[in-house]
Amino acid sequence: MDNGKMLPQPSAIILEEQTGLTLTEVCQACAVRVEFIVGLVDEGVLDPIGREPHRWRFTGTQLRRATVALRLQRDLGVNRAGAALALQLLDEIETLQARLRKMGHD
Amino acid sequence: MEFKDYYQIMGVARDATQDEIKRAYRQLARKYHPDVSKDPEAEIRFKELGEANTVLKDIEKRAAYDQLGSNWKAGQDFRPPPDWNAGFEFSGDGSPGAGAAEFSDFFETLYGHGSAADNRARPDFHARGEDHHARVVIDLEDAYNGATRVITLRSPVLDAHGRVAMRSHKLNVTIPRGVHAGQHIRLAGQGGSGIGRGAPGDLYLEVGFNPHAHFRVEQRDVYLDLPLSPWEAALGATVTVPTPAAAVDLKIPPNSIAGGKLRLKGRGIPGTTPGDFYVVLQIAVPPSATEADKNFYGTMAEQFKSFQPRAKLGA
Repeated sequence: MDNGKMLPQPSAIILEEQTGLTLTEVCQACAVRVEFIVGLVDEGVLDPIGREPHRWRFTGTQLRRATVALRLQRDLGVNRAGAALALQLLDEIETLQARLRKMGHD
Repeated sequence: MEFKDYYQIMGVARDATQDEIKRAYRQLARKYHPDVSKDPEAEIRFKELGEANTVLKDIEKRAAYDQLGSNWKAGQDFRPPPDWNAGFEFSGDGSPGAGAAEFSDFFETLYGHGSAADNRARPDFHARGEDHHARVVIDLEDAYNGATRVITLRSPVLDAHGRVAMRSHKLNVTIPRGVHAGQHIRLAGQGGSGIGRGAPGDLYLEVGFNPHAHFRVEQRDVYLDLPLSPWEAALGATVTVPTPAAAVDLKIPPNSIAGGKLRLKGRGIPGTTPGDFYVVLQIAVPPSATEADKNFYGTMAEQFKSFQPRAKLGA
């Protein structure tokens, strides 16, 4: 018998595929106050759909960016703009590495 | 229990000033931050750093640590001397070190579990459990079909005597169809336990792909290099092409060139917007082994006298 079947099987979702997350949901998932997320939107780190904060809808990818920004600020002592810059540079590295992989220089 | 050499972890001398320690920590924290570093050891190194920094940045904790003497070596079996910390008062500044929730047995023995736990009781964090992070490596085929994986996680728990013990538990994880490398699977409530009545944290699994012998993956798109014979490329052909889902018959148009790309729309990694499958054409030339082969290539050279493969190079 496959004993894997006896183990707990929590439901799994792909974080980056989520859509339509509200400001409250993002704050809860990151365990931060609303001001923190609003600050990231002001800084251009997050780009939700919708104009007023109560209509904002975030994607899972944006939620992930928020958690990374949070950890960078908490662990490295950088401010919001510093975290935004780091995220932007990390994105660029990611793009360049993907291009290298595509050309077969893994 | 293993002795931890906090000075070695921080890469500073035992007589380093508090400013030097701060600088060393900042530099190493940037280098090994798990969100920044691609080093597979980054998470472990970063936790060690956080622990070393919690001790060395605090002059009381540092003085107590120094009192153990300089003869201890990292990894050496360690038992604290009786009353080793008599006369020291740990006030702590309450600010969290990085990864403060999971310190080593060595740290817990010297400074007690409270020092680490206090750090979690910050207003922003309520009493929710820590989110845990781990990596899971799957085959490309698993992304097409979905799969289940049993993973083993280790987490610290308090035993009946209030001591910290590492407990490993297994989890059957459903790998959702359509996931691709770099994405994260979130398992709600499977992270660290909450404090008091706090809800448990979540478990995040970063997905990676095992390298595949034939296929390359970029985001949701999958690439395959497909060798053709010269006559297949010149005359056109229908060839059978493997994809991670199933083999498909692909029509190669006449006069195809090496490097040409054919797209099979929607045959990449599945999802609401599925990726595409790209076939990159290559031309394989049969070796001339016999006299007859050589004659045949000679005839080709005659036939294609005006063909200039290097025309574009201008040489």
